[in-house]
Amino acid sequence: MNYVIIGNGTAAIGVIEGIRVVDKHSPITVISDEVYPVYGRPLISYLLLGETTEQRMLHYRPADFYEKNNVKTLFGRTALSINTAGKTVSLEGGESVPYDKLCICTGSRPFVPPTEGLETVKNKTSFMTLDDAKRLDALLGDKNDKRVLIIGAGLIGLKCAEGIHRRVSALTVIDLAPRILPNVLTDAPAAIIQRHMESKGVQFILGDSAARLTPDSAILQSGKVVDFDILVVAVGVRPNTELAAAAGCTVERGILIDDHAATSVADIYAAGDCTVSHDIASDTDRILAILPNAYLQGETAGMNMAGGDRAFTKAIPMNASGFMGLHMVTAGSYEGEQYLEHDADSYKLLVTRDNRLVGFILIGEVDRAGIYTSLIREQTPLDTIDFALIREKPQLMAFSHAERAKQLGGAH
Amino acid sequence: MAIDFLYPQYEVARNYDRCISCRACERQCANEVHFYDPEFQKMMADESKCVNCHRCVSLCPTRALKIVKTDHTFKENANWTGKAISEVYRQAGSGGVLLSSMGNPEPYPIYWDKILINASQVTNPSIDPLREPMETRTFLGKKPGKIERDANGKLVPNLSPQLALNVPVMFSAMSYGSISYNAHESLARAACALGTFYNTGEGGLHADFYQYGAHTIVQVASGRFGVHQDYLEAGAAIEIKMGQGAKPGIGGHLPGLKVGPDISKTRMIPEGTDAISPAPHHDIYSIEDLRQLVFSLKEATGYKKPVMVKIAAVHNVAAIASGVARSGADVICIDGYRGGTGAAPTRIRDNVGIPIELALAAVDQRLRDEGIRDQVSIVVGGSIRNAADLVKAIALGADACYIATSALLALGCHLCRSCHAGKCNWGIATQRPDLVKRLNPDIGSQRLINLVTAWDHELKEMMGGMGINSIEALRGNRLMLRGIGLNDRELSILGIRHAGE
Amino acid sequence: MKRVYVNEKWCLGCHLCEYYCAFANSGKSSMVKALKDHKIAPRIRIEERNNISFAVSCRHCEDPLCVKGCISGALTIVEGAVHIDSEQCVGCYTCILSCPYGALYTSHEGAVQKCELCLKNECGQPMCVQGCPNKAIVYEER
Repeated sequence: MNYVIIGNGTAAIGVIEGIRVVDKHSPITVISDEVYPVYGRPLISYLLLGETTEQRMLHYRPADFYEKNNVKTLFGRTALSINTAGKTVSLEGGESVPYDKLCICTGSRPFVPPTEGLETVKNKTSFMTLDDAKRLDALLGDKNDKRVLIIGAGLIGLKCAEGIHRRVSALTVIDLAPRILPNVLTDAPAAIIQRHMESKGVQFILGDSAARLTPDSAILQSGKVVDFDILVVAVGVRPNTELAAAAGCTVERGILIDDHAATSVADIYAAGDCTVSHDIASDTDRILAILPNAYLQGETAGMNMAGGDRAFTKAIPMNASGFMGLHMVTAGSYEGEQYLEHDADSYKLLVTRDNRLVGFILIGEVDRAGIYTSLIREQTPLDTIDFALIREKPQLMAFSHAERAKQLGGAH
Repeated sequence: MAIDFLYPQYEVARNYDRCISCRACERQCANEVHFYDPEFQKMMADESKCVNCHRCVSLCPTRALKIVKTDHTFKENANWTGKAISEVYRQAGSGGVLLSSMGNPEPYPIYWDKILINASQVTNPSIDPLREPMETRTFLGKKPGKIERDANGKLVPNLSPQLALNVPVMFSAMSYGSISYNAHESLARAACALGTFYNTGEGGLHADFYQYGAHTIVQVASGRFGVHQDYLEAGAAIEIKMGQGAKPGIGGHLPGLKVGPDISKTRMIPEGTDAISPAPHHDIYSIEDLRQLVFSLKEATGYKKPVMVKIAAVHNVAAIASGVARSGADVICIDGYRGGTGAAPTRIRDNVGIPIELALAAVDQRLRDEGIRDQVSIVVGGSIRNAADLVKAIALGADACYIATSALLALGCHLCRSCHAGKCNWGIATQRPDLVKRLNPDIGSQRLINLVTAWDHELKEMMGGMGINSIEALRGNRLMLRGIGLNDRELSILGIRHAGE
Repeated sequence: MKRVYVNEKWCLGCHLCEYYCAFANSGKSSMVKALKDHKIAPRIRIEERNNISFAVSCRHCEDPLCVKGCISGALTIVEGAVHIDSEQCVGCYTCILSCPYGALYTSHEGAVQKCELCLKNECGQPMCVQGCPNKAIVYEER
């Protein structure tokens, strides 16, 4: 058996480890256009912040990971096409790599909206890869004298803001949406985080966007002008689906896969940010570009590629992130009956629907949030637990004695 | 507020250099002695509530605690001791009978400690129990007076029902009610593992414990609590309780507070009602009446189980035992005045009854003199504290011993003698669920097994030293004993010579 | 693999496991040195309510969501036990968001902390188990 993985992100690692659960020996080839061994992409903001180093970042898996797992790495190589009839992957430069089972883990790329004058901005970057982080680091220099404009107040934009806020003279984040983290939070919690970040010197301009760019300023729709030395475009990402589409895989917003992570084409699997997942919290199909999901899909793909039988049916959106010392965890969907507790600095929202917990937002106190996440993932009927206790705080006390005996006593 | 005449007996000595304010002491004290003072940011104590049970001391992870006797004193007076004065104060305050728990703590002579054990030298060599067989198995029950054979010369089986003990130690009667479910489970499981017996006391047998029936002695006492056909059938033997060493002549009283659903069901009495065991059995006023009950119980169980009769060691114990032996009982159990209790009037506990050593010697001698010693086995209890006490008791004539205080100590009891308060911090003498769970029978039964196993080793060692290799050969072998510091009268009652003779 | 198991039937809510845990991971030679005047942040924690109490610590799952979702590779499985490399951890708390038992905790040092079965200190078997007075916490193969 000959396994080939296109991409070398978290999903790819999931694939490798998934394959090795079932098949300890057959060769695996990883093709990646990046030159680095795998690293957790979300770490790039921590790198700028000084919470990690490049060396530690590249230690997402031990140095001998590929070797130990009998993985041949083709780093810095781009896959051009997949020949499904001959079961090969053609690389830039003419080489072709044969496969028996292929997994597409091509991830996503930054979305850069067409804006007048963008091409005139010299000091600009996206914020997604280690190279992006290195570029930004170089642009910032070490004098803490740069003004930075970040377009996009999503997770990437805000993490970027956190990463660089100590190294700038001015930091502005703009977003077309009326609140920060528009896809992750609702208004009230977004405002808490916004206030917190503002107190650390970040300026926000919301409900506005860049109409036109000059080399060192942005003229907004509202007419406001923001001067900058460095521009970071963090508007969003788009899945890399072209290879899959060309190979005949069904692609909508992302690559469609079944619960075994198989695409519509035989022997081709896909996992990670390039795919569409079924979000059980909202019961919708959507792209869940988050790291744990990528790993679990990858692992599922890997096990099934190697002849195992693993279904991944518990995908939900979830995010854990800190912004300048204020922590936020969220999961699931916010459509349903809401239970809310909050004060100026902390926020707790639980959302239920049809006797299930479907989502939550916690800001400030986040300990043990996984108990909530688990209720969503497992779709635990709320009438089987003490919901009053769960509302109070995440606690195993809310479960029955018998259930706890299973959880903590290993009784099955 | 009225003047409190009583000064706390103990002081909580806390070493603040060591105390980490983990509050384990506070959480573990059912008497609410310890508390954390947020203002001072340290642990404090109200020692007036302390019963000196050592739960806090034992659980303190930094050994920051000890309980010391207060050095606050009354003016010295050999007659009016502090204790005597305080008791007057207590009664003048309450108007009530003083209650106490566990055995008589007063400084009466302890005859075990005035008896020495022999060892072999040169002739009749000693036996090494690690190399040679040593029999500590023993049988309780009536032994046949003669061997009977049929016309063909075949032996006629005429042996009465017997209890086989792998080790001559049993756990004496403690009712479910006086002690907790977990204490009972610990005793039951240990008895099974050791090949010996525990005793239900007069509280009936919890449905969960029928599984240990083969190692259970079921008691029938004056209150007849929990006695029914299945109960009698469940046990390996039946014990009629006529008296208890800690409180001869009076009955028992389990306060309604302790009679929860489980105990109510087990005792077959309504929940929350006081369980009162009358002083006498109202159907027993003579040996003939006792004989009737003995045989009623035998009849009820098809003559398959030995019937035991337990009496307190009182002045005429020898004559009483002689009567009991003639009542058809298979075993006489004698409980000395140091025997424990979950609650007894202090004056009775401390002043009524006689030492088990003297009672045992007197009873054994009397039954021998009357030629009926083989009709019954003798089991003694009432403060058997160690294997040496056990050896001495057997040599004085006992077939086996009952232990209860020693067993409770193994379970964690620290002899604070506050059982009657129902707040046993060790989960033994309480029915409060939060306290009962403190005694995990996995731990408790193992500690009991350890204790009795250790005693068995010591017993074998001492027997070996005497050149004796079976309980049979030790029983009533008073030549193996010598008294020390005893007067002639005491020696003659004990039936032993003085050391040096 | 041997794991820490909890039997709430025997938990007394004395919280000693928490203190023994904090001591075990303090690197100090005595509990007094380690914990006097300290607010502890143990890796095993008691939940209690009314008369029910029980300790919760890492279950060392065979299929650990915390490890799979870790963005930095700080959480790994070493011979069946889930370990954390606090140097590697950036404190994103994805693991806290993932653990169904709520067995990973934030710490003052930034990195999350969790039970590592006392394999990294010199306690032999887990100190919470050694310190439990009632065998409510045991370390065994099941």
